[in-house]
Amino acid sequence: MVERDIMARVQAQFGERVLASYEFRGQCAVTVRPADLRAVLVWLRDDGEINADWLLDVGGVDYLGYPDDDDREWRYEVAYQVYSMAKNHRFRVKVAVPEGAESVPSVWDLWAVANWMEREVWDLYGIRFEGHPNLRRILCHDEFEGHALRKDYPINKRQKLSQPAENLLCDKVEWA
Amino acid sequence: MGLENHLEGMPVIATRLDEVINWGRKYALWPMPFGTACCAIEFMGVVSSRFDVSRFGAELVRFSPRQADLLLVMGTITQKMAPVLKQIYDQMPDPKWVVSMGACASSGGFYDNYSVVQGIDELVPVDVYVAGCPPRPENVIGAIVKIQEKISRESISAWR
Repeated sequence: MVERDIMARVQAQFGERVLASYEFRGQCAVTVRPADLRAVLVWLRDDGEINADWLLDVGGVDYLGYPDDDDREWRYEVAYQVYSMAKNHRFRVKVAVPEGAESVPSVWDLWAVANWMEREVWDLYGIRFEGHPNLRRILCHDEFEGHALRKDYPINKRQKLSQPAENLLCDKVEWA
Repeated sequence: MGLENHLEGMPVIATRLDEVINWGRKYALWPMPFGTACCAIEFMGVVSSRFDVSRFGAELVRFSPRQADLLLVMGTITQKMAPVLKQIYDQMPDPKWVVSMGACASSGGFYDNYSVVQGIDELVPVDVYVAGCPPRPENVIGAIVKIQEKISRESISAWR
């Protein structure tokens, strides 16, 4: 199934709950609210024709200062890239995250692989994933303050570990 | 000189202790490869048959810092990796030397950002910096020769 057909099926199924949709060079995506995210992803996974059983990637976007973008009502997006191993087609779902309410439901229970991907988005964009079992930083060190890929993070700001040796002690970490 | 004349027929030579110790040290460097990026791939060429660092006596790569005396830092060192590098250096027994291989290890390279250490000399003392992104294997061998030259200028009295 081409992505345009998947997008049409999503639009027919969810109607007004789809905030925005676009196609670019054969790649299609829909944008939904955080409250609708899990319903859309579960439907994509369980629908017999789409069968998107593999979550390829979860990534954050910060649109602060994005050119020609005045009508976007939310600052952040989290993009979910899904793929069907049986059908060999893929689709993208974005969730709109407004500033001041950086919270998205976790899909860790749907795809276990989302665990580390959501930690990465939390680490770099500061978007919380509600229901995540272990929402700690994954790339930056434990003493890091702020979220480095936010557009208002100072580009020259450097943060070093104050207690380098203690950071090596793995037994202080509670693993999920 | 007179000493050898008195020892005629005996298998003995006279030399300075520094000379013989440095001679042994500089042709038996045991590298600890701290490879974090593409420079470490280039190091595979250095130790393989085409460039063959064993010609310079530094082919016995040890993955335990306690068995090594030459720390080769090859690649980008992030702030999160910094304590690991420091720990590895501290675990190496004296005497020990450090080569910073490539732009990233030496200065952060083009990773002038929130996550990368801007040169490993913030963490450990560096003896030789190798330019390049990545450096050619000849450059790495050149760095080992530089280390050898440095060793031959050293004195055991300085290590006390």
